[in-house]
Amino acid sequence: MQSLLIVVGVGVGVAVIVFMSALLSGLQANLIKRTLSSQAHITLLPPEEIARPQQSTGETALRLQKQAQRLRAIDQWQTLRDRLETWPEIAAVSPIAAGPAFAVRGDANKAVTVLGIEPEHYNRVVALADRLTAGQLRVGAGETVIGIELAKDLGAEVGDKLRLTAADGRSDTLTVTGLFDLGNKGVNARNVYVGLRTAQSLLDLVGGVSSIDLALHDLDLAEKVARRIAAETGLTADSWIKTNAQFVTALTSQRVSSNVIRFFIALSVAFGIASVLVVSVIQRGKEIGILRAMGATQAQMRRIFLLQGGIVGFFGSLLGSALAWCFLMLWQLLARNPDGTPMFVIGVEPGLVAIAAAGASLVGILSALLPARRAAKLDPVVAIRG
Amino acid sequence: MAKNPNDSVLHLAGIRKSYGSGALESEILHGLDLHLQRGEFAALIGPSGSGKSTLLNLIGLLDRPSGGELRIDGEDTGRLDDTGLTRLRGQRIGFVFQHHHLIPAFTAEENVAMPLLIARGRPDAAMFERAGHLLDQVGLNDRKQHLANQLSGGQQQRVAIARALVMNPSLVLADEPTGNLDTHSADEVFKLLREVNRQQNTTFLIVTHDPRLAARCDRIVELVDGRIVADRAHAPA
Repeated sequence: MQSLLIVVGVGVGVAVIVFMSALLSGLQANLIKRTLSSQAHITLLPPEEIARPQQSTGETALRLQKQAQRLRAIDQWQTLRDRLETWPEIAAVSPIAAGPAFAVRGDANKAVTVLGIEPEHYNRVVALADRLTAGQLRVGAGETVIGIELAKDLGAEVGDKLRLTAADGRSDTLTVTGLFDLGNKGVNARNVYVGLRTAQSLLDLVGGVSSIDLALHDLDLAEKVARRIAAETGLTADSWIKTNAQFVTALTSQRVSSNVIRFFIALSVAFGIASVLVVSVIQRGKEIGILRAMGATQAQMRRIFLLQGGIVGFFGSLLGSALAWCFLMLWQLLARNPDGTPMFVIGVEPGLVAIAAAGASLVGILSALLPARRAAKLDPVVAIRG
Repeated sequence: MAKNPNDSVLHLAGIRKSYGSGALESEILHGLDLHLQRGEFAALIGPSGSGKSTLLNLIGLLDRPSGGELRIDGEDTGRLDDTGLTRLRGQRIGFVFQHHHLIPAFTAEENVAMPLLIARGRPDAAMFERAGHLLDQVGLNDRKQHLANQLSGGQQQRVAIARALVMNPSLVLADEPTGNLDTHSADEVFKLLREVNRQQNTTFLIVTHDPRLAARCDRIVELVDGRIVADRAHAPA
C-alpha cells in the first residue's frame, strides 16, 4: 500500500518533469523554427567602414564623426561562395543583393527592401517556396514575389504589375508571380524578392552582392562558425544568436528556470522516497531483526533497502512517463491553431524516458542510502524484543 | 558429563555481561559456566530480570559477552568479527521466538526457505524442496502455499520451527516458544520440538516461564540474578 502510494508519488513527479521537458523543448524548437523561418542562420556583410583620422597633417581631430554606411558589394563573392560551400557545417550559401526602394502601383507608394536572390539557393536558407500563398516562386527577368501585406497595401494580385524605384531614380517594372506569408507582418509588408540580376541593376551593384546568407546543419554552432568566417574573411558575420540576442536570452532563462523547477521536483520526490523507506525500516524492525538472526549480513540488509529505493524510482518513472504521454496527447488535442492543426508537435522521446527512468532509479537509490544504513545498523536484539 | 569443550555443542566458561560503563556499569551475568552436549533437551528457567534473555542473546550470537569464553560446536566466538558471527549464527543456530516473526508477505514455504536463501544468495529448487519437506514434518503439508498471516497462531509457530531447522542447526534456541499459544496448540508445538530432538538429535535450549513445560525437559537450568543456582538432570514425566 505504502509502496503503491510512493510509486504514484514518484510517478506524478516524473510525469511533471517529463511533461515539462517535452513541452519546453517542443515550444523552444517551435519558437526557434518560427523565428528562423524568415532569417538566415548567418548573414555575411561587407566590413563596416570606419572613419580614420588623417595622420599626415599633424593636427589632432577633436571629434570623429562616424561614417554613414554605403550600400557596398562584397569583394570576390563568387570565390567566397565556392569556398564556403565546401565547409561541412554549412548547408546552404545564398548570395543576396539587397537595398531600399519604393514600390509603386497606381496611387499607392510603399517603402520596401528589394532582395535579389538566386531562388534555388535562397530557398534552402529560407523556405520561401513552402510559404507561398499564391502563384509560384519565379523571379526571372521582370518578375517578383511579394508578401501578402504589401500585396494588400498595393492592391496587387498574382499577374499584376508594380514598379520599383530605387533612391537614385533607377526603376523597373515587374510582374507579380507569387505571394508569400513568412508569418511576420513586417517581413510580409517589406520584402520584395526579385532575381539577383534585376536587383543588381536596380541597386547599382552590377555583378556584386551586398550580403551572403548561410544556413547551417546545426543551429547551435552559428556563433562559432560566424566567428571563424569573420576571422578568415574580414567580413562582418552576424549569427542568428547575435541578431536575436534578446530572444536567445529569453530562451536560456526559460531553460534555467525550468531546470530549477525540475531540480526541486526531483528533490521533493527524493525526500518522499526517503521518508517512506524510513517508516518502512521502523515498521519492519522485527522482520529485519529476524533476517539478521537468520544469518543476513548488514550488507545484505543494506542492499535490500537500496534495491527497494531503486525499484520504487524505476516503476515510478515508468508510470510517470505514461502519465506524461497522456498529458501530452491531451495537450495536443486541446492546444490547436485556429485551422485545427496542432499548435506545435511535441512527443515523449524514448531518450527522455530512458533518462527519466535512470534518473529516478538513481534518486531512489540515493534517497534509500540513509534508511538502508539505518536498517543495517539495527540491533537485532532490540528489533526482535521491541 | 564430558567437559572437553570440543565435544560440546555449547560451551560457556566464565561468561559475564554488563551494560553501561564507569559508575553506571551494571553487571547482568556474573560468570556463567554451562555446557550442552549433542542431543540435549534443556530448559532455562528463572524469574523476570534474572538475565535469561540476555544469556539467550549471547548464546544466539546476537550480542557479545563482556568477558568469558563462548564456543559453538567448539568454535571460539571471541575471535570472530560481525560477518563471522553472522555466518556462524546462520549455519549453526536456529531460533524460535515467542512471536513467530514470520514475514507476512511470503508463503509458509518461502518463510521456511528464507535462511537458505540468505545463505546462498539466490533461490533454487532444492531449497524449496527442503522447505516443503520440513513443513510436511511439522504437519503443515496442506498449508505450504498459504501466506504467513493466513495461518493460525499454532500453525505459524510450526512454520517458525520448520524455519529454525532448515539449516540443520546444531543448536535450537527457543524463547518462550509456546508463550503466545492456547494450551492445546502449546502442547502440539512442544511435542513437535521434542520429536525433532529425538529424531535428529538436535540440541535444544528452551527459555520458559512455564514450570509445567520445564518439567517435560531432560534438564533444567535455573538462573537467578545472573547466576546459575540450579542445574539438574530431570526425568521427564
